[in-house]
Amino acid sequence: MSITTNDVEHVANLARLALTDEEKETFTVQLNAILKYAEKLNELNTDGVEPTSHVLPLANVMRADEVRPSVSNETALRNAPDDEDGQIKVPAVLE
Amino acid sequence: MSTQYETVIGLEVHVELHTNSKIFCGCSTAFGAPPNTHTCPICLGHPGVLPVLNRQAVEYAMKASMALNCTVADVSKFDRKNYFYPDSPKAYQISQYDQPVGEHGWIDIEVNGQTKRIGITRVHLEEDAGKLTHVDGGYASLVDFNRVGTPLIEIVSEPDIRTPEEAKAYLEKIRAIMLYCDVSDVKMEEGSMRCDANISIRPYGQEKFGTRAELKNMNTFRGVQRGLEYEQWRQAEVLNSGGEVVQETRRWDEAQGKTLSMRGKEQAHDYRYFPDPDLVRMNIDAEWKERIRASIPELPDARKARYVAEYDLPSYDAEVLTSSMKMANFFEESLNYTKDAKAVSNWIMGDLLGYLNANNLEFGDIKLTAQGLGEMIGLLESNTINSKIAKTVFKAMLESGKLPKQIVEEQGLVQISDEGAVKEIVVQIVEANPQSVADYKAGKEKAIGFLVGQVMKASKGKANPALANKLLVEVLSQL
Repeated sequence: MSITTNDVEHVANLARLALTDEEKETFTVQLNAILKYAEKLNELNTDGVEPTSHVLPLANVMRADEVRPSVSNETALRNAPDDEDGQIKVPAVLE
Repeated sequence: MSTQYETVIGLEVHVELHTNSKIFCGCSTAFGAPPNTHTCPICLGHPGVLPVLNRQAVEYAMKASMALNCTVADVSKFDRKNYFYPDSPKAYQISQYDQPVGEHGWIDIEVNGQTKRIGITRVHLEEDAGKLTHVDGGYASLVDFNRVGTPLIEIVSEPDIRTPEEAKAYLEKIRAIMLYCDVSDVKMEEGSMRCDANISIRPYGQEKFGTRAELKNMNTFRGVQRGLEYEQWRQAEVLNSGGEVVQETRRWDEAQGKTLSMRGKEQAHDYRYFPDPDLVRMNIDAEWKERIRASIPELPDARKARYVAEYDLPSYDAEVLTSSMKMANFFEESLNYTKDAKAVSNWIMGDLLGYLNANNLEFGDIKLTAQGLGEMIGLLESNTINSKIAKTVFKAMLESGKLPKQIVEEQGLVQISDEGAVKEIVVQIVEANPQSVADYKAGKEKAIGFLVGQVMKASKGKANPALANKLLVEVLSQL
């Protein structure tokens, strides 16, 4: 499996990143190197090992349905670049 | 629409689960709070926080899945669905990809007297997004994150629906089942139930599906039906004029009465789902499933069948009465006070539903009690009141919630069944209406209806009409 410049452009687009041609080249090489490193795992024999989505031997970690205090409106908006009427204000995004 | 096309519809219904707290944090889910006052670092997606699953949300999802005849998974997990949009502070939604809570279900709907089974592909659990309000002439949006993290189930149907009417019936059935299970308020107007549709058309007989459009923003039951009606017509127009339907997302515009392309979605969604590393899997064992299954009440279809069998009600009555659990409960409670199920059904489906619809009320909002309705029907049966008085009593019960006996006593509404008293009125009416009497004597038997009406009027509606009729015949025969 190898990454092409097209893949890099696609992922960059999904992440809303504008990359220069030079950066695309660099990331193509770097991402391929990372994949190649991860491919080492394929050398392991996993016959009879059940697939898992998590590394922890845990299941059913849950809490009771109890309301706990929220943060104030002021705190919630502290990192907002702009706000209006207690809400975060952002440029409109046309879906 | 042109009759040469068959419409194929699949619905995705989102239902907000009415837990007290959010699915992965302790913030309140209460509707209508001031913006951004029910948030915390977890639902705002700050770095380093750890979501912890609300057990109640899982149990509601299991309950809903079972009520929709789904198989509940033994192992279920959460995945991240990645997308950028201002309503999602984390830039991903915690959802379920390949191991949803429920799969392979179905419900039965009834349209034009025909029962039809609609398959349910899956029921999965996920978190809701925030709410955007567009301002500054559409150049900016205000974001309220109160709703972020409210637990939702998404119910995905098979493409088994063939008409907009079936779509509406399907939605109404889903709503009824959710209400019976008590997992959600399912109010479309408050957004606790939302519906998207995939719709395509194909020539009759063709097996392959046509190109579909995804339809959004249908915010009422009526809107769903109208949006789909418009869209099937639009697609037929496109095909009939030699064009091709484009796969796209379209928005139903209620005011304009048409669907509009939402543009800019040329490329297919690429959500890059992957297992959420913050959340461990759910193991749902048989004992847990059994406990949830035991909490499901008798559902609308079962109740409907029972009403037909037990009370001998017409199928239509049973369908209407069971469409809401509150209405069905009201019906059954009324039967503690009278045995006449059909009469109860008639009053509920006629006067009561008419009153609720006209005043935009629901069962539970009214003062009239099931006991009141049952006892009023009892008074009718025992001839204490007649049907004309019953209308007056019914109206008074809606307004005051008093029991019928009290209303009858207070307003002096008891039917006059005393022969002497009614005869007195009958004699007066016969004397005052020589023309009708002559008509009756000349063989026009219908004239007696007029005379009975006059007796009723003279007694202010209180005379026993059967008795008035009998005495009139007697008096007239003696003339």
